[in-house]
This record gives sequence, structure tokens and C-alpha cells, in this order.
Amino acid sequence: MKSFTYTIRDEYGIHGRPAGNLVKAAKAFQSALTIECGERKSDLKKLMALMALCIKQGETVLVTASGPDEDAAIAAIRGYLSENM
Amino acid sequence: MLRISGTSILKRTAVGKLRYYGRRKLEIWDGTVADTAAETARLARALAEAGGQLQKLHDKAAAESGEENAAIFELHQMLLEDDDYLDAIRELITEEKRSAEYAVHTAGERFAKTFAAMADPYMRAREADIRDVSDRVAAILSGAERRAFRLGDKPCLLMAEDLAPSETVQLDKSKLLGFVTRGGSVNSHTAILARTMNIPALVGVEIDPSWDGLPAVIDGEGQALIVDPDPDVLARYRAKHEAEQRELALLQELKGLPNRTLDGHSIEICANIGQGSETQEALRNDAQGIGLFRSEFIYLGKDTAPTEEEQFGVYRRVAEEMQGRRVIIRTLDIGADKQAEYLGLKKEENPALGYRALRICLTKPELFKAQLRAILRAAAFGRVAVMFPMVTSVREVREAKALLEECRRELAAEGTAFGELETGIMIETPAAVMIADDLAREVQFFSIGTNDLTQYTLAIDRQNPELDRFYVPDHPAILRMIRMTAESAHRNGCWVGICGELGANGALTETFLRMGIDELSVVPSAILPLRKRIRGMTLSEQ
Repeated sequence: MKSFTYTIRDEYGIHGRPAGNLVKAAKAFQSALTIECGERKSDLKKLMALMALCIKQGETVLVTASGPDEDAAIAAIRGYLSENM
Repeated sequence: MLRISGTSILKRTAVGKLRYYGRRKLEIWDGTVADTAAETARLARALAEAGGQLQKLHDKAAAESGEENAAIFELHQMLLEDDDYLDAIRELITEEKRSAEYAVHTAGERFAKTFAAMADPYMRAREADIRDVSDRVAAILSGAERRAFRLGDKPCLLMAEDLAPSETVQLDKSKLLGFVTRGGSVNSHTAILARTMNIPALVGVEIDPSWDGLPAVIDGEGQALIVDPDPDVLARYRAKHEAEQRELALLQELKGLPNRTLDGHSIEICANIGQGSETQEALRNDAQGIGLFRSEFIYLGKDTAPTEEEQFGVYRRVAEEMQGRRVIIRTLDIGADKQAEYLGLKKEENPALGYRALRICLTKPELFKAQLRAILRAAAFGRVAVMFPMVTSVREVREAKALLEECRRELAAEGTAFGELETGIMIETPAAVMIADDLAREVQFFSIGTNDLTQYTLAIDRQNPELDRFYVPDHPAILRMIRMTAESAHRNGCWVGICGELGANGALTETFLRMGIDELSVVPSAILPLRKRIRGMTLSEQ
């Protein structure tokens, strides 16, 4: 199991099409992926659940990957977040 | 004649005939099915077809109104792939033996309601998207045709309960004069589309389908719909609409032209913004730069101070969007009158005269340095300047500059990229005006904050309406102070701008030009009208 934290910089937080692309990126991996923000938590492969977390600019999220390709998953998600959010 | 109020999206006028668009209700059969495998297969085919439809709509919208408006259809495609949504539908089919259309409709309603109940207004507005996506799939399954709604031959005012993105994209834009809906909000797709198409819209209006075919007026400024106006009222609005159209056309002609008088005197005109998202509006109005980027929004409505990283993201994006045009970021300018509890500001008798702005920053260097570092780092991505508010002494400026230098040393030692930063101060206190020569030797530019300068000079509280008759914005004392400031600046190699409201006052433009003011920074909508005024002007002989 691997994880990392990231602070959202995008002024709209996690929303709309970028949220959709984040879920798409997560779905490419076998590992289970979760995202947590304080007490809120959801499966990173589920768009509506992710949007429902209402993650805003300035909040810090904890992304966890667990499975055979967890290293690649972590790298990919971290890369996507740094570039897009 | 009826007058019904609503919330206006664009403060302009539209005149035309109302046309009612009624969404046909889908008939959803609620019986049970025997062959659940067949239903699941039907579902899969319908989902694929819906995906195809959405792709076509995306491409059409992108071609007609740009990628930003088309993005909504990509989001719809992704919602259709959401596992929770699909699991809920499949469960209704296999467990409760419902038809595919019933399952889709029911699951859609359930998820839509979840979003409708959220605190965040952006998320609440997504309820309409989830319904739209579900209805699309349900319509395919029921064999109902979602025919394109024809607007008729003459341009009209479209009236509806609400308009989903897939409905508006089908409309012939050349036939649309405006929108009126019962539902929707300033965050809704209708509002976004109206702004992009630059046509008036009213949301939150108690519409009546029986008004279909009646003449009407959308009064953007008055925030009302006038149905079947009396002849004199109609004539008045028609004239107003024509004047607006002439103004718009004229302003469009001014884009790209220099702010120069007939006898060759120039002045730079920039935009004041209070949010990163307003940058596009500044560019649309042909701003030569951002003369004042109010950074307060990053600090307000939060439980803890914004981090350097968070601020860097915002400043960097604005610097990049402005593509080499200067962006002046004003450092934190908050006092006890605004909400930022983490700053621990005690209640004050006179917040305008109190512990605020630069005073807070110099007392809390860690807070200040986080902002300064973020600004320095953003300077590597565009042309950025920093400006300190509420300056009253040379010492304050030197302290701020020393902290800025500390940040540069630290960033260099860390190997973090940062860029050149033009440094300036706001002139908004009488003290600053009186010592302007000394201050000018410390910085590269001044920006005159006429709102606060007037308040402090005339000893008047801006917020008190009883004082309105005593508040004289173009008071000779203020004009004299502006002139003194400009002279001190130029004597010492600084440029000087005005970022307070007075800058947009057309009656004073000639005066400012004659004083040699180098830059005016105003609300984006004032830029082109000022340009028009300047280009028609010849500076009169004294």
C-alpha cells in the first residue's frame, strides 16, 4: 500500500471535467485507489462520489493505492494532480 | 402588461416574441420484466448510443461556442461511466426486475437529488446535468425521439422551465434574442451560455406557458420580464436596445486600438480584478494589464491561512493568462471589518484606522513571507509586480522590501525558481502623499487608491449613506493630492497610476492626462468607454 498527500491549488477545487479525467486516470489501474480529505473519503474510480466530496482549493487530500500496480498508480495520479489541480 | 421579476444574467435589453419550450414528459413503464438478461443488454446498447450522441453534441458545441461550453458533454459522457450509477441501474434490473428505462430514470432521480441537497452551489447546479444524462438514456430506451426544437423563422425570446445543455446546443443561435427560465441560477448552464453568447437572460422567473407568442421585453438592468408591454413602454425599451447595440458595435471597433488622444498623448489602461477568474473578462475588454489584483479573496472565507502553494497556483495562472502583460498583485489588505478569524483580529472601534493591511503583514512576517514567496515564484511565469497597501512611512516600505529580499535569498538557496518583480506602493493616505518624494526613491511605481485616499483626506466614512452629500470624489483637495503624487513620482523616476474608482470617471480623464498620469486601472467594462473618450480628445491649451 502506498500513499501521498497533495494540496489542491485549482481555484475551483475538484470539479467537472478535470474530476472526470482524474477518475479516468484512476480506472486505468488494477489497484484500489481511494482519496481522503479530512473525514470525507471515497473511491477514486467513482466520479459522482468524488464530486460529492466537494474538495476545494487549499484542502489537502490523501491518495492511497493498494494492489499490484500501486507504484505506477501513485505516480500517475500524483502527476495528474500536479499538472491539472 | 405584466412585469415579473427575476435574476438577470446580463444587464442589457432584449425585445421580441416569447416562445415556450416545453420538455415532453417521458412515459416510463413501471411493470416488472421476466428476461433480466435481455434488459441488461438493452441497457448496454442504449448507453453506447447515448455516448455517441454526446460525442456529436460535444463536437457541435465546440465548433459553435468554443471548447469551454463543449466540455459539459464530456462530463456527461463520464457520468454515464460512473460505477455507482451503473451499479444502481443494474441492481434495479436484476434484483427488482424493472425495465431498463425505469431503472435508469429511478437511479438518475436518486443521484440528482443527492446533488440537489449539497451545500456547494456549483455541485447543486450539477443536478440538472445528471437528470439530462439519465433522460437521454431513458429516451433512447423508450424510443421517444428527442427532436430538435424549432425556433421558427423570426428571432425570439426563448421561455422554458429550465434548459439543459443538450437542449441549448441544438438551438439555432441566430434565432435567439434571449432566454427566460423558471429554474436555473447564476451557476447554471443557461447563465454560462447566455454570457458566452452575450445575450440577455433572466432566471428564476415565474413563467406561464400561455404567454407563448406574446411580445415581451427582457430588462436586464431592472431584472424583470415585461410581457405584452404597452406601446409607449415598448417604444422606450426598443430605443434602449438600439442604443445598447450601437454602443456595443462601437466598442468592438475600439479593440486593439491605442489609448491615444488626437494630439498624440497616451495613457495605459488596465483592469482591476478581485478573483483569478476575472482575468478573461479583463482580456475580453482589451486591458493592457492588470493594474490591481486584489488578493483578499484567497484569505477570506477560510479556517486557516492560505498556503504559499495555494497562492502560487492562483498568481501563476493569472500571470500566464495575461501572456506578458503586467500583473500587479496587491499584498493582503484586510482589516477587522472582514472575515478572517485565523488572523485573530480583535474588534476595533475604527477598523479603517486600525490594525490592517501592511501593518498586519509586518507584524506577522511568516504570513507575509508566504505571500511574497508565492508572488516571487509566480513572477517566473509572466510579468508580475507587487504593491504594498496602506503605506504611511518610508520605514514600512523598507521593512517590506527587506522581507522580500529575505524571500529571494531563501528561494535561491532552495533552488526554487522565481522571477524579476517590479515593486510599488499604494498611495492612499495623506501621509504618503506628503512624503511621496521620499517614498518614490524606495520603489519603482505608485498606484493611487483614490477611494481610501478620499476617505482619509475628507475625514469621511465611505460606508455611511448619511454622508453621501458630503462625499465629493473629485474634491479639489483630492485632485491636488493626485497631482502632487504624480509630480513626486516623475521627479524620482517612478511611474504613477490610479487604481481607485476615480480612474474610471470620464469627466476627469482629460485632467489625469494633463497631470501626466501614466496608467488608469479600472473595472473591465470601463476600459473601452475610456478608450473611446480618449481617442476623441485633444488636450486643450491651458
